[in-house]
Amino acid sequence: MFSIFQYSFIQNAFLTGSVVAVVGGFVGYFLVTRGLTFAGHALSHIGFAGAAAALLIGVDPIFGMLAFTMVAGAGIGVFGKDLREEDINIGIVMTLALGLGALFISLYNGYAEQAYSILFGTILGISHTDVLITLAIGVATIAVMAVIFRPLLFSSVDPEVAEARGVPVRALGILFLILVAVAVSMSVEVVGVLLIFTLLVGPAATATRLVHDPIGAVSASVGLALAYTWLGIFLAATGNWPVTFYIATISFIVYLPIRLITARK
Amino acid sequence: MDQKTVISLDGVTVELGGRTIFDAVNFSVEKGEFVAILGPNGAGKTTLFKLLLGLLKPTKGEINVLGAVPHRGDGNIGYAPQHRVLETDLALRARDVVGFGLDGNKWGIGFGSKKRDAMIDAVLKEVDAYQFADAPVGHLSGGEQQRLLIAQALITDPKILLLDEPLSNLDISHAQEIIALLTEISKHRSVTIMLVSHDINPLLPAANRVLYMAHGHSAMGTPDEIITSATLSKLYDTKVEVIRSGDHVFVVGAEI
Repeated sequence: MFSIFQYSFIQNAFLTGSVVAVVGGFVGYFLVTRGLTFAGHALSHIGFAGAAAALLIGVDPIFGMLAFTMVAGAGIGVFGKDLREEDINIGIVMTLALGLGALFISLYNGYAEQAYSILFGTILGISHTDVLITLAIGVATIAVMAVIFRPLLFSSVDPEVAEARGVPVRALGILFLILVAVAVSMSVEVVGVLLIFTLLVGPAATATRLVHDPIGAVSASVGLALAYTWLGIFLAATGNWPVTFYIATISFIVYLPIRLITARK
Repeated sequence: MDQKTVISLDGVTVELGGRTIFDAVNFSVEKGEFVAILGPNGAGKTTLFKLLLGLLKPTKGEINVLGAVPHRGDGNIGYAPQHRVLETDLALRARDVVGFGLDGNKWGIGFGSKKRDAMIDAVLKEVDAYQFADAPVGHLSGGEQQRLLIAQALITDPKILLLDEPLSNLDISHAQEIIALLTEISKHRSVTIMLVSHDINPLLPAANRVLYMAHGHSAMGTPDEIITSATLSKLYDTKVEVIRSGDHVFVVGAEI
């Protein structure tokens, strides 16, 4: 049963999955705390257009994803002021991106499998180069998140006092959305565009219901994301069903009872 | 500026988007004073705080806070903005919110220390909030959350406390508790308090002076001097009547 670990594609999957889980769990905590989960969802769909465009011009899809989502993330950060309107604006840009993605895919004469793997993840088909790219981006993202941790949390909870105390609230907000874009682009390799919530929101939402201090909640979120990913890859490698199905199902099965037990009025 | 004056405004005019919020406002506040700020919505009470915090520059005039031009990030000013209720799903304990006041503006994760915990515990005890130090903030009542915000503003041991409507969303008995707490803090820390409120009555026993703002102008003095039909009528430029009944005052004909 554990003989699967001798295959390099399984090793690659575990390595990439681990990096993505750590980044997703970490960034996800702030995404939940700032109430930006919809922006995270939208960025993944915008990333679909980027990945499709990259395929069309023959570049690694991750770079197309990064380019599209980082520009969109910065845009949401810069123009997003009125929170009430924001979801509508993001939604309209998101559907435009999906339309473009559909166009790029139809222009692309390659295999339809490529589009499928962008939508649902392709963790078991990851190359050694992709592992290294993911690792480098992941380490950089975690490093920046660690540096901005306190002021970002302060400005997420109490932007007015944070600003008065000299925290660059607006700049941090924009930087954070760019980091979300990076996290989304990485997560797509594992769970795909359509299931981004399973890694970016599921673990964080579960963790914040269980642990009430910020460092503890981030640790729990990262721990859960790692557990879901490892278990999902293991089950997929030993069984016949896709990784994405397992991770999404585990995420749901863990969240549901916790949501019900900790239900608040 | 003499030693006792901590805040002074001299001919301060503020125009925002073509609208004059302040029109040549003058006043000064002395060390240890408890000033209640009253006035209708849009009269510039929050704008005043932004000026004092250095978040906004006046169009004309001079502002002096603790002997200097106001500047952002001044640990000598504790600030609690108009409070929105903290969401229930936040993974934050009461002590984390208070800790922001101490080092929330510093880079890095910040794993804390015994010394930091002791400082937070001390200020939580001072505002009588120690018993829920480890509770998630979303589970606390409005009055309890207000105590935390005061503790957060106090933890840097400021010389001035700016509190924007700390009494809104509180019933009268909780409002009185907060005012008693602030009176106590003002006395033993000799901190200057400026507090925005929509109701003068609970503040009458506590406030040394009242700053009344309306229509770009302001009037400052003891409650007895300011809350009068004559002063308010002049400020609002319409007939306003102040009715006194026992220990209460009621302003009729204008929105406070």
